[in-house]
Amino acid sequence: MPSEETFEHHDYDVVVVGAGGAGLRAAIAAYEAGARTALICRSLLGKAHTVMAEGGIAAALGNLWPEDNWQVHFRDTMRGGKLLNHWRMAELHAKEAPERVYELEQWGALFDRTPAGKISQRDFGGHRYARLAHVGDRTGLEMIRALQQRAVSIGIDVFMELTVTDLLKDGERISGLLAYWRESGRFVVFQAPAVVLATGGIGKSWKVTSNSWECTGDGHAMAMRAGATLVNMEFVQFHPTGMVWPLSVRGLLVTESVRGDGGVLRNSENKRFMFDYIPEFFKAETADNIEEADRWYEDKRNNRRPPELLPRDEVARAINSEIKAGRGSPHGGVFLDIASRRTPEFIQRRLPSMYHQFKELADVDITKEPMEIGPTCHYAMGGVEVDPDTQASRVPGLYAAGEVAGGMHGANRLGGNSLSDLIVFGKRAGEYAAAYAKGLGTDRPQVATSDVTQATQDALAPFRGEAEENPYALHQELQETMQSLVGIIRVEDELRQALENIAALRERATRLTVEGNRQYNPGWHLALDLRNMLLVSEAVATAALERQESRGGHTRDDFPTTDPYWAKHNVVLALKQEGRQAPELEMKRQALPEPPPELAELLEDAH
Amino acid sequence: MSYDLKLRIWRGDANGGQLRDYVVQAEEGQVVLDAVHRTQATQANDLAVRWNCKAGKCGSCSAEVNGMPRLMCMTRLSTFEPGETITITPLRTFPVIRDLVTDVSFNYERARQVPPFTPTAKQPKAPFTMFQADVERSQEFRKCIECWLCQNTCHVVRDHEENKAAFAGPRFFIRYAELDMHPNDALDRKDYVQDEQGLGYCNITKCCTEVCPEHIKITDNAIIPMKERVADVKYDPLVRFLGRRSRRNGPESLKDWAPGAHHHA
Repeated sequence: MPSEETFEHHDYDVVVVGAGGAGLRAAIAAYEAGARTALICRSLLGKAHTVMAEGGIAAALGNLWPEDNWQVHFRDTMRGGKLLNHWRMAELHAKEAPERVYELEQWGALFDRTPAGKISQRDFGGHRYARLAHVGDRTGLEMIRALQQRAVSIGIDVFMELTVTDLLKDGERISGLLAYWRESGRFVVFQAPAVVLATGGIGKSWKVTSNSWECTGDGHAMAMRAGATLVNMEFVQFHPTGMVWPLSVRGLLVTESVRGDGGVLRNSENKRFMFDYIPEFFKAETADNIEEADRWYEDKRNNRRPPELLPRDEVARAINSEIKAGRGSPHGGVFLDIASRRTPEFIQRRLPSMYHQFKELADVDITKEPMEIGPTCHYAMGGVEVDPDTQASRVPGLYAAGEVAGGMHGANRLGGNSLSDLIVFGKRAGEYAAAYAKGLGTDRPQVATSDVTQATQDALAPFRGEAEENPYALHQELQETMQSLVGIIRVEDELRQALENIAALRERATRLTVEGNRQYNPGWHLALDLRNMLLVSEAVATAALERQESRGGHTRDDFPTTDPYWAKHNVVLALKQEGRQAPELEMKRQALPEPPPELAELLEDAH
Repeated sequence: MSYDLKLRIWRGDANGGQLRDYVVQAEEGQVVLDAVHRTQATQANDLAVRWNCKAGKCGSCSAEVNGMPRLMCMTRLSTFEPGETITITPLRTFPVIRDLVTDVSFNYERARQVPPFTPTAKQPKAPFTMFQADVERSQEFRKCIECWLCQNTCHVVRDHEENKAAFAGPRFFIRYAELDMHPNDALDRKDYVQDEQGLGYCNITKCCTEVCPEHIKITDNAIIPMKERVADVKYDPLVRFLGRRSRRNGPESLKDWAPGAHHHA
């Protein structure tokens, strides 16, 4: 019982929550700045979702295209985000990504090489030049290993299979956090003036997703409960190419590199349909016929890019339309064909994981036959509103980096910009968190015992229930709601229905009951994750209802075009009151910051 | 097309346990992990299992399926006979925490003992000039997803708890091989891997290679070349005369190396 609960106690300067790319990079930065640093991950080290990233890290190294530089990368990123990105984050990201990539090489990463012995770069949607540093199609694994091996070799304290439930505060300031060991179910209190959230995404609230069980929006929800704001939550990226068959792997990612390396999309009539979906915004730089598109792979200087390499939001919507029009594949997707376009040797060398994945899980040989693919919930553009330079949230002592932070990607993220985001802003968050902790001197916030007691009582509530609501069943219902009512295409009455459903689920979630004890109990873990998923889902649906236009990763059937007013405004969400059972969201529209003239100039022809 | 699947899953903890029978609904195209999840959602909410990506990329869901070390997410139900009971037990080499979850901390301790990549004096600062042909050998080993199936299978430790103190295991031998073959690494770890990490215990039966889900040729491409190098260095009179200087990069002493030692505590 909570009253008899004894707590393991730790004291640090900086605690980093999450050990994917952003968390690892933040921890390394904080540690190297001299802060006593703890790194918490709820899985084993090296298993975070970063490991699944395939295509590459976008950075204007200019190794294949000397014309490439940070200004072009900045422009591509802003255009991909439909100009809703925070310009300063996009600027820092484009400027600092190359240095961060070289740092990985310094720590032992082995990227694929150009004939001249430099880091090779690959083409990806929305990037003007071949820009993605990569290792075959397992770049995320390389990134996480390089960072993990660095973190371990310098001796950072790592807490594995520890889940954080709540942030703790002393007045307005962060004082630490509460967590539990998955293995034993015992609680752990961390006292620390600075916390970096690097908890990743929210995809597990949708039924068809490329995300792992960890992507439950914990960081988004905890930040909100602690008083931080979320921005751009309506923008959810549906990756155009997820597996659709067999059902067991529905949603599993098929890398964009398939298209970057020559793969094309076809419908049931064997038509390369993307030529029918080139938006005005991208007409000037996209090939409008098959001949030119095919020539581009050989001669990029004199031809425009194939429409298959439009930004992800465009391609996902096009696929969705083809399927709805009855021109889909047998299992409800469309065809992604590289077999008829590249040699088996090329495919196996460039896309080894994809070859393996389809062979083993779907009995499909991608060197011989097309893949069946369809859109899958992949990435949250929205996240904690942060200062672009320091990654500080509105709560003193609370920082966020990576997918859990908002602003960098605007309305739609370009492929490859996620991995670079992690290392650019992970480093910044770690450094500024360390500096903040140091600046406090002896004036350090203290953890209040009463807060700890309350938080543990909340966490243990599911053990006191009387077999009323099953967490697995509730989770499935939430996924059905988000999938069918807050998916790629949205409309007012469905969003209202979604909010009603979520409210009902939230009420039922107060009666969640789990069996067994606290020792490695996944039912209990899911019950705790659900309260975060419900809050984040509500935030997405609320913001989606508010934005009455279509832009990037937010498409409204009832408002099918962009709106000049919304081109200048963000939706910002906060939690009105404490009280975990009945959160009430507070929403406001906030003017978008204007870029300075020298950056605005780079975007002049981008509107 | 759904059907009834018979599962036998080990349930218990460090104090003991037993195999329990379940019958769950299964669908065409599913993998063993799907069946375990189905059991968890419908019949045993507290069934403990590790998993993350469910795509063979993270190496979390390792277990023994009908006695074979496998990733549950990459083991399709269609590979079993219709009507066959599938038995799932935790990795045998590591202590059980609960049900299918084992304590694999041994591996993370060994990871801390690896002297990290250290660039040569010739190219001390990235970007490095390195060619594809020269990075490819190490890249093979960097495909490792740390599922620990090779560690679990290796008979040096599988039924010999006493060897764990002296033996790092195949996963770490490919890590040492990877660093050794890195075109711009300066450290000489040959003695260290032989004397401190137990390379000599391996008698190249290739069990590790057989279970690697990434199809890394652990024995042929990493362990055997490492053993040859160790032997070369130990018995090469010229090398002994020159004081064991690496022929490639020039050695750096490992004598003072310890995790975190070159940084503040």
